Amino acid sequence: MYTLPNKLKIFAIIFMVVGAIGMISGFLSAPKTTAEVEAMMASHHGEGHGNSAMDEMEDHGEGHGDVKTEEHADHEAHLTHVLHQLQNRPWSALYIASFFFFMISLGVLAFYAIQYAAQAGWSPVLFRVMEGITAYLPVASVIILLLLVLSATGVNHIFHWMDADLVNPESEHYDEIIAGKSSYLNVPFFLARAVVYLLGWNLYRYFSRKNSVADDTAENHAYFKKNFKLSAIFLVFFIVTESMMSWDWLMSFDPHWFSTLYGWYVFAGMMVSAITVIAMVTIFLKAQGYLEFVNDSHIHDLAKFMFGFSIFWTYLWFSQFMLIWYANIPEEVTYFVTRIEDYNLPFFAMLVMNFVFPVLLLMNSDYKRVNWFVIMTGIVILAGHYVDVFNMVMPATVGTSWFIGLPEIGSLFFFFGLFVLVVFTALAKKPLLAKHNPFIKESKHFHY
Amino acid sequence: MASKVIHAIYNDDDILMNAVKAVRKEHYHIEEVYTPFPVHGLDKAMGLEGTRIAITSFMYGILGLTVAIVMMNFIMIKDWPQDIGGKPSFSYIENMPAFVPIMFEMTVFFAAHLMVITFYMRSKLWPFKKAENPDPRTTDDHFLMAIDLGHHNADEVTKFLTGTGAIEISIIENEDDH
Repeated sequence: MYTLPNKLKIFAIIFMVVGAIGMISGFLSAPKTTAEVEAMMASHHGEGHGNSAMDEMEDHGEGHGDVKTEEHADHEAHLTHVLHQLQNRPWSALYIASFFFFMISLGVLAFYAIQYAAQAGWSPVLFRVMEGITAYLPVASVIILLLLVLSATGVNHIFHWMDADLVNPESEHYDEIIAGKSSYLNVPFFLARAVVYLLGWNLYRYFSRKNSVADDTAENHAYFKKNFKLSAIFLVFFIVTESMMSWDWLMSFDPHWFSTLYGWYVFAGMMVSAITVIAMVTIFLKAQGYLEFVNDSHIHDLAKFMFGFSIFWTYLWFSQFMLIWYANIPEEVTYFVTRIEDYNLPFFAMLVMNFVFPVLLLMNSDYKRVNWFVIMTGIVILAGHYVDVFNMVMPATVGTSWFIGLPEIGSLFFFFGLFVLVVFTALAKKPLLAKHNPFIKESKHFHY
Repeated sequence: MASKVIHAIYNDDDILMNAVKAVRKEHYHIEEVYTPFPVHGLDKAMGLEGTRIAITSFMYGILGLTVAIVMMNFIMIKDWPQDIGGKPSFSYIENMPAFVPIMFEMTVFFAAHLMVITFYMRSKLWPFKKAENPDPRTTDDHFLMAIDLGHHNADEVTKFLTGTGAIEISIIENEDDH
């Protein structure tokens, strides 16, 4: 039995508190009027700090310098625009961080279901670790649903398409494209879908965990068979709802743009982050003297998955990028133009962190067995996939006014602390070995 | 100099594995093991050195990548630039995404083919080579372990091998001096 060390608990709580402070100060420092935005820009200008929003400001100024009044109106409109972006920023940061950890626990749940459905012989020693990580799913689901409801009720405006003016033919902001999508992309249906996805995933998580725990003291393998069937059904449900979830919760930030590959692309990022976290938690517990039945071959296999899914992610990322880049259709290519022009550093840094780094570091077979090597690569992969989600959300919500500062790091810290607290509390609840699983002996003897 | 080799035949891979471990424990020298299919973990049990083919594969991959880059640069940029979809046609780096599939394929092509050729050369295999396996049954359902008899007592070794589960044991006199 694992007991949650007090040190770890305090560590997690410190992260949550520091994160919460960062988040709240992010909300408080967001400007409320255009005058504040102007003051902020002026002070930035005074410092000579080349903020990207500032640069755009200057370009605007030069381009429209001929007519005074037009310039003024344009300037005022631009200030309002920047104001909305800056007001969106703490919300977007919160959303990205909460989604990132949500996606990890959901990915682990899918990976867990695959192990059951495939009747994998190598992995049952890791089942309790996976169940521990998926314990975060109900918590994350509540938070993400809350955030979606807040957006839907107009507390924040990170989902641009939720603006009722856009689908109102009378309004001057009427947007034909968004109106055309409104039979799918409307607030009640959006929230109903979210509830269906979350309910489905959490039900599987609840029953599979219950069966897995009951299996420990069972006489026969009835619970295992139940879990096998449940996992197969869940996987069918998951692969459809995961795609729809990614359209709803990420792709709809850019309501004009669409990509048919998007669901898979998000899935690949989800899986690689999830497997990385399984490896990291396993190595952490092993270093604490637990999980004595997990050997280097299990770590090796997880690292192979990290390597493989990193390449899979790159493959999907590139498939999406190249077709759009080559076809060069304005309504599609704008997505990448914004990212390359305004998000140049995170866009390309993400590629290095998610592709070049894991490929070079995890290619060698021996390195996949070196635990600290897996941890170091894992940290870079996770950072890379955070930036990936950042790149999916931020360009649509805050545009050029992005920065990785207090709200972003604060939110990340807060959810990291919460994740650690929930996961390790759940790990301490049950024995770390699902001892009655029919494959447990094979899994213990697994070697490469 | 005539050397004696003892051939022990097994009919199960698990028994063979245990026999290999037992034989190595007794410090007899295993010359070779012939199996009808790859037996997982046999190389480790025999104490063979780890393969270095992965390193050659990496180098061949790099070579393939380089060839692809040089080739596409010559064909599409230098020799005959073409206007495809309005893309800038005089810069490799600006056209790079279009060449990535070719770069990938050439990397795989070079790594795979050169690795196979390396493997054949290293294993001294070539077309029409006379088969080396001493007993044709090793291509069907039997496993053969060849042990260098050296200065050991033949009866003793035979008795020991029977104990490890060999179903057939024969002593071969090697006349050629290698």
